[in-house]
Amino acid sequence: MTAALIAVALGIAGGFIAALAGVGGGIIFVPALALVIGLSQVSAEATSLLAIVPVALLGTWQQRNTGEVRLRHALIIGAGSVITAVLAALAASAMPEDILRWLFATFMVAIAARIWVGAERDAARGRSAP
Amino acid sequence: MLRLLLVGAVGGAFSALFGVGGGVVMVPLLMLLCGYGSRAATATSLAAIAMIAAAGVATYGALGEVDWLAALLIGIPALLGVTLGVKVRARISAVAISRALAVLLLIAAALLVVHPA
Repeated sequence: MTAALIAVALGIAGGFIAALAGVGGGIIFVPALALVIGLSQVSAEATSLLAIVPVALLGTWQQRNTGEVRLRHALIIGAGSVITAVLAALAASAMPEDILRWLFATFMVAIAARIWVGAERDAARGRSAP
Repeated sequence: MLRLLLVGAVGGAFSALFGVGGGVVMVPLLMLLCGYGSRAATATSLAAIAMIAAAGVATYGALGEVDWLAALLIGIPALLGVTLGVKVRARISAVAISRALAVLLLIAAALLVVHPA
């Protein structure tokens, strides 16, 4: 029960902070699932992927009338992703846990740098980015 | 067509390898290779992410790596968090929050690599 409440709180807070910073939820969900919920790195990534599906669907639905969602292109991109997504999931599962953690940590540092640079740019502009 | 498939291939690899959407690589690629503006790139990659993440979930699910309950408990409440976040972001400058998140991610990255598996 406590674990369930923690997961719900992580979902709300993670989604809120990700939206404020202009990044996706996965970069917050994966470390939260590994460090707070105690999942293995590969399970944390697998579970994060499922958790972002409803978020992506809602975001797409909310933007359906803006004319910015090019659905036909999105379908082609989705089709192009299947083979590499399956291969990458198989590779991540076969990889030693330590290596996957290091890879993910490196990815996090890159995202942190990108968020920091983006924040500096917004600060220089004196407002939040669109 | 070929460029869109390429964007998808790169996005799919990133998404499944790291458990994220892959927007961080697809948005710049759509702008660079396909002449997208940033808003259209973000919106279109979001629509693609739903499919890309599903491909990763299907594979990880077959391998027994998905914690279905945890995903629901995080993913559904996240809808509320994201909706609130998008509303607040339109009104305030999120610079301080973004910097705090960058620092938090660095700390979490350090914890992940010292964390006993």
